Amino acid sequence: MDSIIPQLLTGLAGASSLFLVASGLTIIFGVTRIVNFSHGSLMMLGAYIGWSILTRLPRDPEWFILGLVLTVLAIALIGVVLEVVVLRRVYRAPELFQLLATFGVVLVLQDVTLWIWGAVELPLPRPRWMRGFVEIMGNRFPFYDLILIFVGPVVLGLLWLLMNRTRWGTLVRAATLDREMVAALGVNQRTLFTSVFALGAGLAGLGGALSLPNSSANLNIDLSIITDAFVVVVVGGLGSLTGAFLASLLIGILQAFGIVLVPKITLVLVFLVMAVVLVFRPNGLMGRPQAEAREATVAAPVIRAAPRELRILGLVALALAVAAPLVVGDYYLTVLTDACVAIIFATSLHFMMGPGGMASFGHAAWFGIGAYAAGLLMQWIGAPMPVGMLAAPVAAGIVAALFGWFVVRLSGVYLSMLTLAFAQIVWAISFQWVEVTGGDNGLLGLWPSEWARDPTIFYWIALVLAVGVALLLRRALFAPYGYALRAARDSATRAQSIGLDVKRLRIVALVIAGAACGLSGAIFSYSKGGIFPTYISIPHSVEALLMVLLGGLQTVAGPIIGALVYTGLADILVRSTDLWRLVLGSVIVLLVVAFPEGIAGAARRLWLRGREA
Amino acid sequence: MLSVDGLNTHYGRAHILQGMSLQMGRGEVRVLLGRNGAGKSTTMKSIIGLVRPTSGRISFDGQEIAGEEPHRIARRGLGYVPEDRRVFADLTVMENLEVGKQTARGGMRGWTPERLFELFPNLGRMRDRPGGRMSGGEQQMLTIARTLMGNPRLVLLDEPSEGLAPVIVEQMAKAILALKGEGLTILLAEQNLHFAGGVADSATVVEKGRVVWSGTMAELRADEAARTQYLAV
Repeated sequence: MDSIIPQLLTGLAGASSLFLVASGLTIIFGVTRIVNFSHGSLMMLGAYIGWSILTRLPRDPEWFILGLVLTVLAIALIGVVLEVVVLRRVYRAPELFQLLATFGVVLVLQDVTLWIWGAVELPLPRPRWMRGFVEIMGNRFPFYDLILIFVGPVVLGLLWLLMNRTRWGTLVRAATLDREMVAALGVNQRTLFTSVFALGAGLAGLGGALSLPNSSANLNIDLSIITDAFVVVVVGGLGSLTGAFLASLLIGILQAFGIVLVPKITLVLVFLVMAVVLVFRPNGLMGRPQAEAREATVAAPVIRAAPRELRILGLVALALAVAAPLVVGDYYLTVLTDACVAIIFATSLHFMMGPGGMASFGHAAWFGIGAYAAGLLMQWIGAPMPVGMLAAPVAAGIVAALFGWFVVRLSGVYLSMLTLAFAQIVWAISFQWVEVTGGDNGLLGLWPSEWARDPTIFYWIALVLAVGVALLLRRALFAPYGYALRAARDSATRAQSIGLDVKRLRIVALVIAGAACGLSGAIFSYSKGGIFPTYISIPHSVEALLMVLLGGLQTVAGPIIGALVYTGLADILVRSTDLWRLVLGSVIVLLVVAFPEGIAGAARRLWLRGREA
Repeated sequence: MLSVDGLNTHYGRAHILQGMSLQMGRGEVRVLLGRNGAGKSTTMKSIIGLVRPTSGRISFDGQEIAGEEPHRIARRGLGYVPEDRRVFADLTVMENLEVGKQTARGGMRGWTPERLFELFPNLGRMRDRPGGRMSGGEQQMLTIARTLMGNPRLVLLDEPSEGLAPVIVEQMAKAILALKGEGLTILLAEQNLHFAGGVADSATVVEKGRVVWSGTMAELRADEAARTQYLAV
């Protein structure tokens, strides 16, 4: 009983920090429709820059406030630079490319931060006034946490005034509803977007600086806070400030009590709450159905069969791939095997994302489920590789069917977020259920059967499976089922009105994609000899997205090309430079800016233009 | 005042405007007539810049504006009222008007909410009502009022009578005539010939993205053949 009040207050303090970040994210999304992956990085920069400023100032409260103000201004300025240099160029690109670009920014900022401040955590020594305690109902409660608790509602109030009592706020709310119309009424969207981004970034910076006394500036802030902020924004309803506030309270308190009551499944708990909220309120607590994009929506180009030249090219590539073991050494054979895994990983995601229209942020979940299915069968009943490879897609497919039942009722960003949540649950289970999964140490000793142990043989198996899966998925795409699926993507209501069962079509797509992806997880595990929770991490899911989006959604060859380019690029980068995140991130940003339709899409366009001229 | 010359606009590969041309003098009220899909709305969207024309010229007050961004075109004094109304559903009447506000241009009597409420008395009685909770006719009036807040010299009015009850259409016609009385230049897109006849001085008939007939309203009334050929449904 005694611990309830302090725990509640801790929860409220956490909720305030969450709200600062989530409010910026939700305002930016509302106006620009961009889900800003790099928002967590802005908070991280807020912590680092705040540290640099605050450690140089005298330690009295008034200087602390000045330091906060300076930090907020600095981060707002960085936000402006980011908006002008990167985001402004991708506003017209498809949603996921925007996400990809902002993820590129995450990578770049990671390395920049590491380069400037180093890898060591930077704690802010607390001055005397901050270390005080306040007695509340017989409990000593940190003074600084009380301040934090007040910051949230105060910021909410100020934002409310800004949004409802100023011309700028009115324009922002109007742009959230219909930005094209706002432009037609003579409002410069650019200045509006840039200023919104500056505000959002400033809020994230404030969150980062305020978090310093309780934790530290460290390199893990970006991805950990962005996941929480996504959850808050989605639970609250995208674009809704009040919703973000309520959700921050909910999640903050849940986390505070979760750590005390059920330390093992806190992560799962948070994401379960999100899943439950989304099932009952598909648009979040305070969200409204998203207006169909008011821009002239460009219909996704029809996927056509590859031209003859591309088929020939594909056959040549395949012949080269088959003959490769005769030429290359062991190291490159592993890279090539990884490439085969990547091809299945990417084509399976492409299947649900391109033709299925369901973008997954958590594709690594299926990868992991497949891997653990094979691994656990080996551990429990000593199942050999062929059994494991069969069990992996079956297990992933079954889970996909269960998960599909509730994910298909969502659409767009909400669907993506729920897939992310699901992947985090799977990750949390693999990480925290140590007795079964081995936790962080993973499952070891998963090797191919005797006859397949030779790297060349194993590579050929992987190649056959990769080609087989790619061809099967392609076949499904051009079967009546594929046409129906694409119809459902282009217009769910029209598809329904001609008698297609849209939900079922989508569940089937998810099952196919999940099963195929599960197979890739098993192949990968057998080739590495072990399974680890990192297989299910967010960066791994993002890798799948990167491959698909690099290659382009509009062509069947796209994900394959994307998988190859990505595997090659990552391999070269990781081996050649310590700053691989910086390089990879910049390449991603440049690619998105230069080829908003992916490499294969751009190639196809150039090719077609050459033909028609 | 406005001159559109040889305008071509594509949506993807679909060639919508195929050499569209039209001229408008100061104070003129001209109606664009034509069937669904003839290119009336696209002409308007191309003029205001929401759709980028592939080729052709649009000049407003002697300045070339084709390819400029919508907000720049709007600030030159071109107002646009879209056909599907597009009021900001969460914003109140007053806030909707605020979004449209631009400072008055030299020598003009600027529009204020109070003056607009004289023109559309219904709106004055629901200043704090969100746009989403208004009837279709009220929303249509609000979109026009919102555009007028920008003090335009020329207004593109896309099918203002569409889907409205006859009594509201009549009010709309009165309001447009009042605006005409203020010296506003208006380009109107319509399918309702009766409504158009009541307010417009001249007409341009569009078919498949180009002009097939052009003249004064009186000439159109007299030209039975043109009416049957181009406008009979």
